[in-house]
Amino acid sequence: MKNLIILGAGTAGTIMASHLRKKLAKSDWTITMVDRATHHDYQPGYLFMPFGIYSADDVRRPMKRTVPHGIDFRETDVDRIDAEANRVLLPDGTALPYDVLIIATGVHPAPDQVEGMVNGDWRKNVHEFYTFEGAQALAGRLKSWQGGKLVVHICEMPIKCPVAPLEFCFLADAWLQKQGLRDKTEIIYVTPMSGAFTKPVASGILGKLLDEKRISVVHDFAIARVDAEKKAIVSWDEKEVSYDLLVTVPPNMGAEMIERSGLGDELNYVPTDKHTLQSKAHPNIFVIGDATDCPTSKAGSVAHFEAEVLTENILHFIAGEPLRSRFDGHANCFIESGHGKAFLLDFNYDQEPVTGTFPLPAVGPMKLLGESRLNHLGKMAFKWIYWNVLLPGLPIPFIGHQMSRLGKNIPPQDLKTAA
Amino acid sequence: MPTKNLAGTPVDTNDEGYLVNRSQWNKDVAAALAAEEGITLTDGHWKVLDFIDADFKEKGAVPGMRRMNKVGNIPTKDLYALFPDGPIKKAAKISGYPKPVSCV
Ligand SMILES: Cc1cc2nc3c(=O)[nH]c(=O)nc-3n(C[C@H](O)[C@H](O)[C@H](O)COP(=O)(O)OP(=O)(O)OC[C@H]3O[C@@H](n4cnc5c(N)ncnc54)[C@H](O)[C@@H]3O)c2cc1C
Repeated sequence: MKNLIILGAGTAGTIMASHLRKKLAKSDWTITMVDRATHHDYQPGYLFMPFGIYSADDVRRPMKRTVPHGIDFRETDVDRIDAEANRVLLPDGTALPYDVLIIATGVHPAPDQVEGMVNGDWRKNVHEFYTFEGAQALAGRLKSWQGGKLVVHICEMPIKCPVAPLEFCFLADAWLQKQGLRDKTEIIYVTPMSGAFTKPVASGILGKLLDEKRISVVHDFAIARVDAEKKAIVSWDEKEVSYDLLVTVPPNMGAEMIERSGLGDELNYVPTDKHTLQSKAHPNIFVIGDATDCPTSKAGSVAHFEAEVLTENILHFIAGEPLRSRFDGHANCFIESGHGKAFLLDFNYDQEPVTGTFPLPAVGPMKLLGESRLNHLGKMAFKWIYWNVLLPGLPIPFIGHQMSRLGKNIPPQDLKTAA
Repeated sequence: MPTKNLAGTPVDTNDEGYLVNRSQWNKDVAAALAAEEGITLTDGHWKVLDFIDADFKEKGAVPGMRRMNKVGNIPTKDLYALFPDGPIKKAAKISGYPKPVSCV
């Protein structure tokens, strides 16, 4: 009997368990999945909780409903990986030996990485929406909001779902209008980047949208500390932005367990071959989802595309063949823009997001980098797709792991280099 | 592509003034690039530039802030004191490497 262990039963781990249980004979392979959480969260739903659009029940399910059949699930923390001895150590001293290991422990917000952030004002006037508890606490805070300065802030890149803070701005703008509080609220978007988004075409379009919605932008802001007394964030070059309510995205760090195992970089991300998803240090360790250092977005859609590639490569690895399947960095994100509309981005390692139609050329029905009602319905449908299609590892019609250039308005000079 | 004379050496740069060919870089060119930014290079600056050089040769990318802190042992506060307003971009330019790409 051989052992395959998956660390982390989040989006990526669960999809991998679904795929591999179908491919690896139960008589030959035990698949063990380890996670300390009692629940599986639909994290994209955190964005909607502060505005009362989603409740706790929409985003949270008990692990026993999301772990696929035929998987040996262990609800426990992982102490560390002993890669030299091919085993995973649990805090109670148990050692789990493996033939193949998949790391899918994701990233988490680490507010303690910023001086003064976790202070007396934490979860009172300093909030985040990247955790279940954070999104819930922020919903409570918004109930008593009377107006003032709302600062939406990113500490440092990379973060998972890099568009979520922008979406938060757009949703806050719409929600405040409904409450009759928009004219009493100043919304300021503070980012360490030089523009609204990481990629130029999208950055221009989203920057314009912020403008239209009267959301001011402070860019190139590298936070040094939170000054709770002054109620201000202060940058390394002593710029200050004061707030009445700060909604920040703390640094997104990989699991401490990765650091304890000596397998991570400075953010506890695991150095990974961006095409094969094999760890750079150990051939029988593979990495998927937010836990990698691959230069694409940290997103559920990415985990889904990666899972198709990784499943094939693990089968190759087990058969002693070269890892033939290659991931191209494909990411696909909806950007909720408020008032029942959304944008859609589709891109990969080489192709930045551009305008066009998706998934079919000219027909669409969804618009790339344009605002539409149908994109919004797509985003809302994603919750159902997540629980019922993505986690069970079923294919999404028309959308493959390799990004398609069809339907994209790619500038001619880029087409040449891409060919 | 602009060509200019720095410390007596002709160098090719892109529109933002970053060298496009690192083989044209030397310590005098670095000093001239620094002077354009109003910086006089000291040992403190060289510690940063040397780390960027070594790390680029190992990783193929200009290190980010956290990597400077953790791997290079250079605190952010020092970086801002040495290279005011955007230390990573400035230090990358002076060390002859490309402008760091913003993460996705
Ligand atoms: C606010 C928000 C909005 C988002 N919106 C979108 C969106 O619109 N579209 C999109 O595609 N993506 C979105 N995402 C991103 C998406 O949720 C993540 O990219 C995805 O969940 C990553 O999957 P993962 O399996 O890599 O990590 P996760 O799903 O985070 O799973 C990691 C798991 O590892 C476990 N774990 C970690 N360390 C240990 C340990 N030491 N021991 C045991 N278990 C451990 C954790 O408990 C967790 O269950 C959003 C995320 C957030 C926070």
